[in-house]
Amino acid sequence: MSNKEHDVTRRQFLNYTLMGVGGFMAAGMLAPMVRFAIDPLLREEKGSKMVDVMAIKEITTEPQRQTFSVDKVDGWHKFKEQKIAYIFKKDNGEIMALSPVCTHLGCTVAWNDDPAHPNQFHCPCHGGRYTKDGKNIPGTPPPAPLSVYDMQVKDGRLYLGDAKPRGGA
Amino acid sequence: MLQKMYNFIDERLDITPLWRDVADHEVPEHVNPAYHFSAFVYCFGGLTFFTIVIQILSGMFLTMYYVPDINNAWDSVYYLQNQVAYGVIVRGMHHWGASVTIVMVFLHTLRVFFTGAYKKPRELNWVVGVLLFFVILGLGFTGYLLPWDMKALFATKVGLQIAESFPFIGDWIKLLLQGSDIVGAQTLARFFAIHVFFLPALLMGLMAAHFLMIRRQGISGPL
Repeated sequence: MSNKEHDVTRRQFLNYTLMGVGGFMAAGMLAPMVRFAIDPLLREEKGSKMVDVMAIKEITTEPQRQTFSVDKVDGWHKFKEQKIAYIFKKDNGEIMALSPVCTHLGCTVAWNDDPAHPNQFHCPCHGGRYTKDGKNIPGTPPPAPLSVYDMQVKDGRLYLGDAKPRGGA
Repeated sequence: MLQKMYNFIDERLDITPLWRDVADHEVPEHVNPAYHFSAFVYCFGGLTFFTIVIQILSGMFLTMYYVPDINNAWDSVYYLQNQVAYGVIVRGMHHWGASVTIVMVFLHTLRVFFTGAYKKPRELNWVVGVLLFFVILGLGFTGYLLPWDMKALFATKVGLQIAESFPFIGDWIKLLLQGSDIVGAQTLARFFAIHVFFLPALLMGLMAAHFLMIRRQGISGPL
């Protein structure tokens, strides 16, 4: 048989074989390392556990500042993250827990500490203001309302989870 | 597709002579295991290079998780080995590959010695090879401390005591390596720096010299 009867020459055949075997070996070596490196991308996101914050009967219509700590795991580093929530009952009796992290640039807002604007959340950094239910007041810097904590009521106590942003202006 | 991409680049940059120059070299019959199977002893140099490539790659990936700090080193190793996908394999490659590298270097040295390939005009390449051997031993020694477990700690203590026994300047060598009066935080940081920056840089420079010399002089003749 001569080369004329074949579409593949000896040179091509050897090239393909060598590249195939070499590529297989390189892939076998690199695959575990690449999977190792991209591990953070493929991890399932775990929401934080609900944390007991306060008794339901202590909640008033006036927002109360409550601090609580959440167990966090960051790789090999375990720590407690301190969190703040402003908790109150809305006029319809529903409980609301707001995150005090300003949606403008992340400063911590406080309730009712600005004599010029009573009964509002006020940010000390750039004068951002929010109504009692966390809606940002137009004409002040924040672009979105305050985040709201996931909540759960169990045995007369309020449990809080992650703070979720609310869209809109 | 690949051919077209290659042609596109070659047309503009004329890269063919570059790789031709690297790839086209004589491989005499007496070093080719296809002709004489016993010629496999000539593979140990290439195998050493291959294991070093594995060490460099797996080491680069390990530093994505490893932290050279006394409070976190052990925990970060434990985490990358037990929590990260394929951590056991990547750390295993680096751990076992280190020993395999030393074995391959040793076999390569034996081959060169017993075939007399170190003789004139190749004495300088032998010298560079011995320096490479020391650099690789240094990489083994500094890497051994990094997991920061009891074995690492005491092996390093023993190693530093050996350094200390060097006449006259032993105390200084030990202090220079240890960076402190105990094997501790500063030792770990220092060994990490030596293991991932200083010695690998030296290793690559020496390897380049080693390969340039062998290409310049060619493979030594048969026995």
